[in-house]
Amino acid sequence: MSTDAQAPEKPARIGETRGERLRRVLSSRAASVAALIIAILWTIPTFGLFISSFRPEDDIRESGWWTFFTDPSFTLDTYNYVLYSDSQGGGLIRNLINTIVITIPGVLIPVAFAAMAAYALSWIDFKGRNLLYISIFALQVVPLQMALIPLLSFFSTGLHIGSVPITPEWNLDGVNTIVQVWIAHSIFGLPLAIFLLHNFMRELPSDVMEAARIDGASHSQIFRKVVLPLVTPALASIGIFQFLWVWNDFLVGRTFAPGEATRPLTAVLGDMAGTWGFGWTRLPAAAFIAIIVPLVVFLLLQRYFVRGLLAGSVKG
Amino acid sequence: MDISDYTDRFGLLAVGLVAFLAILMALYGLAELASRRDRSRAVAFVFLAPAVLFLLVGLVYPAVRTVIMSFFSGDGSEFVGLDNYAWAVSDPDALQILVNTALWIVIVPLLSTALGLLYAVLIDGRRGERVFKALVFLPMGISFVGAAIIWKFVYQYDASGDQIGLLNQLLVWLGADPVNWLTESPWNNFLLMVVLIWIEVGFATVVLSAALKGVPNEIVEAARIDGASPAEIFWNVTVPSIRSAIVVVAVTVFIATLKLFDIVRAMTGGHYDTDVLAHNMVEQAFRLNNDGRGATMAVLLFLLVVPVVIYQVRNMRRQELEAR
Repeated sequence: MSTDAQAPEKPARIGETRGERLRRVLSSRAASVAALIIAILWTIPTFGLFISSFRPEDDIRESGWWTFFTDPSFTLDTYNYVLYSDSQGGGLIRNLINTIVITIPGVLIPVAFAAMAAYALSWIDFKGRNLLYISIFALQVVPLQMALIPLLSFFSTGLHIGSVPITPEWNLDGVNTIVQVWIAHSIFGLPLAIFLLHNFMRELPSDVMEAARIDGASHSQIFRKVVLPLVTPALASIGIFQFLWVWNDFLVGRTFAPGEATRPLTAVLGDMAGTWGFGWTRLPAAAFIAIIVPLVVFLLLQRYFVRGLLAGSVKG
Repeated sequence: MDISDYTDRFGLLAVGLVAFLAILMALYGLAELASRRDRSRAVAFVFLAPAVLFLLVGLVYPAVRTVIMSFFSGDGSEFVGLDNYAWAVSDPDALQILVNTALWIVIVPLLSTALGLLYAVLIDGRRGERVFKALVFLPMGISFVGAAIIWKFVYQYDASGDQIGLLNQLLVWLGADPVNWLTESPWNNFLLMVVLIWIEVGFATVVLSAALKGVPNEIVEAARIDGASPAEIFWNVTVPSIRSAIVVVAVTVFIATLKLFDIVRAMTGGHYDTDVLAHNMVEQAFRLNNDGRGATMAVLLFLLVVPVVIYQVRNMRRQELEAR
């Protein structure tokens, strides 16, 4: 991102009357104020929740977060309770671990498979390449809702044609159902990842490839030693995309690992928020545990994320 | 908390990662073998096999199966023709869902794109542009569920006494009575949309602000020297130059809006006349156990996306032709 920031007030232009200058400065001020208002409006809701998460539960029940500034009271008890308590509404550490265990393969698998597929689609000549690429591109917009019921039955009862079984049932239970979530996330992440990586790989200079070919490098060597190092920034941005998507996902985790023991953090939070019943005063702290990790990753690696966004949207 | 809570899960993670590595090594080995014999078709096959297999099993087959299921009864036992579709366009509850969805997919992309463009123009070249951008971009990193919780606290309602929700406290400060925002149909729909707009404006700002930097300064200067007002420059120079970026932003937000499930689920659960297609699909299939109707809702979702796919593919083709 370039930030060629100019000074907001430019020097007076030649031939400009005082009235014109005044109007220009005023409209620049108005723009500043408008931008500031939007920025504040956008930040306040998150800020409020952040403050709430450190207030005692009784205070949260009685008054809004802004009273914190006139009547400050601070506690980490709620965080402690939601993470480690064995009582109802606690023990979210288990769900946090679920989220971590789901996220790591949920990012690595699709990015690795997408990189391989994107290489084949951009640098190996074979018949039907364009058709295959267009088909994968089009799959990007098949809503994952289309896939939920059949994919779930694929795992639980296997594939059948009539009564002839094609694939067996998977019979996963307990913690192991997380494997289904890995696979589901990998599938749903592939089309976008392939599309973005294909965009990056296609741009690589073809003389580099040809030079490597002439030196006798095979496709798998070129992929490993030439292409992967060159597209590392792209891999990073796609990895961040997928990370945010998987970590923040609610529907896929809830559908493919519905058990009490395997639910990711967002699934617990979503259901807590949906019912708004017992323990809603602990929601700010619980929500912040889920929010803080992606937010930090997002802020630190924003550059890569933005690059991926721009490659995916402006060019595509 | 038992120690087994940790070992179970991290053990699974370790096994999964090792298995994944083994598969990758095997694939590379195969690709290497095929490469040595100089058979690019075989190499392409090895490189594409995992992705294509996943997509076939996880998207193509399910999509076909879902379309078929939409012609069958709730438990899948009986062929019912177009009954599910007739239900979707005649039942009052289902109609409410379609109307809500239509409102969402018009209002959210429109407002997100417009606000994002406005903000991008306001902060373009301003001191502290990065900070301004980051503040509005931040919600992009927050999950829909997290955003729903954040906003549920903003909208919260207490019948009497001190308000906990900021919006109602503002009303009270202004001397009005607090409102139970999330149950007031149809306005609650717009309050849910605010949450998604809050998230998507950051996306629109970042993409459009990058596009603005690509508008050649000479054109803007030339227009200014010709005496065009800032508004004229904006509508006649800036907007046409970044038209394709605007379209892409609107389309992306449109698709995200159509697939939206989490915000409705976490804020109202689809009650109080706020249900939308993507949420009702899950309700039908997994809570009411009516696979036929769930599948029908999914197919309707897909049908709404199809024109966008066609448009995008044509765009891509045209750009490829131009690049040649």
